[in-house]
Amino acid sequence: MKDVELKMLERAKELLASGEVARVVGWKKGDFCYDPSPAVFKTVEELENGFVYDYFCGANLSKYLIDVSKKEGKTAVFLKPCDTYSFNQLVKEHRIKRENVYVIAVECMAKLDIEKIKAKGVSFVTGVEVVEKDVKVSSLYGETTLYKPEIVLEKCAVCNKTHQVKDEEIILHERPVRDVNRFAEVEKLEAMTEDERFAFWKEQLSKCIRCNACRNVCPACSCIKCVFDNPNSGIAAKANDSEFEEKMFHIIRAYHVAGRCTDCGECSRVCPQNIPLHLLNRKFIKDMDGLYGEYQAGESSEGKTPLTSYTEEDKEPNDVFNGEAK
Amino acid sequence: MLKIAKERLNDLYAKINESMGLFIPIKKAGEVNYHVWGEGKEVSLETLKTVKSPKNMFFPQSENMMKFKTEGKNIEIIDVRDEKRPFVLFGVKPCDYKAIEVLDKVFLADPVDSYYQSRREATTIVTLACSKPEESCFCKVFGIDATAAYGDVTTWLDDENLYWQANTEKGEALTALLKGLLEEGGEAEVAAQQEATKAIIDNLPFSNLDLSRFKPENLNELFDDPAWAEMSEACLGCGTCTFVCPTCQCFDIRDFKTSEGVIRYRCWDSCMYSDFTLMAHGNSRTTQMQRFRQRFMHKLVYYPSQNDGLYSCVGCGRCVNKCPQRLNIVKVIKTLGGKNND
Repeated sequence: MKDVELKMLERAKELLASGEVARVVGWKKGDFCYDPSPAVFKTVEELENGFVYDYFCGANLSKYLIDVSKKEGKTAVFLKPCDTYSFNQLVKEHRIKRENVYVIAVECMAKLDIEKIKAKGVSFVTGVEVVEKDVKVSSLYGETTLYKPEIVLEKCAVCNKTHQVKDEEIILHERPVRDVNRFAEVEKLEAMTEDERFAFWKEQLSKCIRCNACRNVCPACSCIKCVFDNPNSGIAAKANDSEFEEKMFHIIRAYHVAGRCTDCGECSRVCPQNIPLHLLNRKFIKDMDGLYGEYQAGESSEGKTPLTSYTEEDKEPNDVFNGEAK
Repeated sequence: MLKIAKERLNDLYAKINESMGLFIPIKKAGEVNYHVWGEGKEVSLETLKTVKSPKNMFFPQSENMMKFKTEGKNIEIIDVRDEKRPFVLFGVKPCDYKAIEVLDKVFLADPVDSYYQSRREATTIVTLACSKPEESCFCKVFGIDATAAYGDVTTWLDDENLYWQANTEKGEALTALLKGLLEEGGEAEVAAQQEATKAIIDNLPFSNLDLSRFKPENLNELFDDPAWAEMSEACLGCGTCTFVCPTCQCFDIRDFKTSEGVIRYRCWDSCMYSDFTLMAHGNSRTTQMQRFRQRFMHKLVYYPSQNDGLYSCVGCGRCVNKCPQRLNIVKVIKTLGGKNND
């Protein structure tokens, strides 16, 4: 990964120094080895002081381009495979000014989840070294080797995405295509009885603190004013005033992003209470695949989408409701 | 000093629960937060940082304040509060205890917030000193000793026992109630643990942050610092930092109509939100940079300038762990705090 980081840094410096772009959106070093932040670099010096690309750069940078692409001059951005789907979707929805963005596709190799590392009993992590499926984690208390598939971000564990957008690429190692079923967890929920499923979601969603991190990080949630923030909407709310409220919030949000959610997994990554929110969206994706044929949001920045186009073969709501459509 | 064997803790909880409510860190759907204790609940005293701080015991995320009923031209105001049963808040970490002192200065100052006050008075706080601080902890910066005796009762936990020391009248009363369960002893074990923990704390990466520039006389200079723009650039404007923060205290009050009249409730608010302190003319802070700046200026400059220099951050490190994009108060302190932050 170090070789990739160096190439990226070199390229970013070139682009800024030559004036081809006015800024570069990437990741900036944090205080630890595991907490880089998204950042906008405007000078070569800023890049030299803080640019980083490593196994903890899980954040999706696409949504920042809604604002940044409207600024003067071109913006270069580093996008991982999954991020490019969000980017395409935002271009499709006319939220990003495509002509102002220079997309550099970068390899991913799956990102690590520090919370999962900590859950393995490793604290004070000072560095990681990844050799295929082994992650050598150094901490203040010594070294330990963890099995990579157990400590990657959820979105990476089931990823088989490939770059959908690239103006150029920096890919030094190919990630092998794997046989993964991203719907496995959804299938488990489907196999439950209604009561069990209700109990599952009730317990999970009762943890919600309405911090809105899931909504604010979500590339599909790009409304300028969210209905829940609008005092004139009549449903603005900052709290769960009843047990039902948090369910409504998350279910409404899942409906609103249905057909546009690219399954980027950011909602679950950022949830401070670790609610598996992606499962709601994934259920919608699975159902739509079954009802309207397989569709992956963000694969293209053009074309029709299942929920915004009509064909005579479309299932009737009754068929869906009665389960006949499956 | 008193002690009780770790495997007998359940008896202790059960005994408290006979006459009082017990709020304690409990694991539910994978996450540890303060919940009401009951038999069979999975208590986790070992968890260093509950996701939410215990502040919601006194200042709930949302609560009904009153009801209004109108009949003709008469409006009846109904107090919806019920008698508060005394309760024990158990396992509060030193930073979270000090955070309650920060909240006290807000809610118990004139005019007293009677909702907060009644809960505060009905509560006996049992703190749990730290023995395994993490790299995101920086309470020492704010003069907090994570091994010290805070609260009505202080406890220390090791692999064998929970050690117990009453500090106040309320604490003595609770100790008397548990007389049969606690036995004498533990001074040496606690002293040894304190020494070991202090050595860890001294070496934590954030233990020596320099706050020297955060003074009332630097208010304007700090407010105008160009670094805010860059620091806030990645901020999502979510409320995670404010809602996991043990000292954030802002709330909103709203009315909603029900079939039984109008209910007025209040809920946590966040200065990160676009409709925070929204007024008839619009919003006083229109950009995320301004909102971001507000939060940290409040913690490090405005609050201390009104409270004899007391900062309204206790270094619990929750924002360090929970910010989705890894922005936090440590980064602000390092950028603006003083010369000795490298």
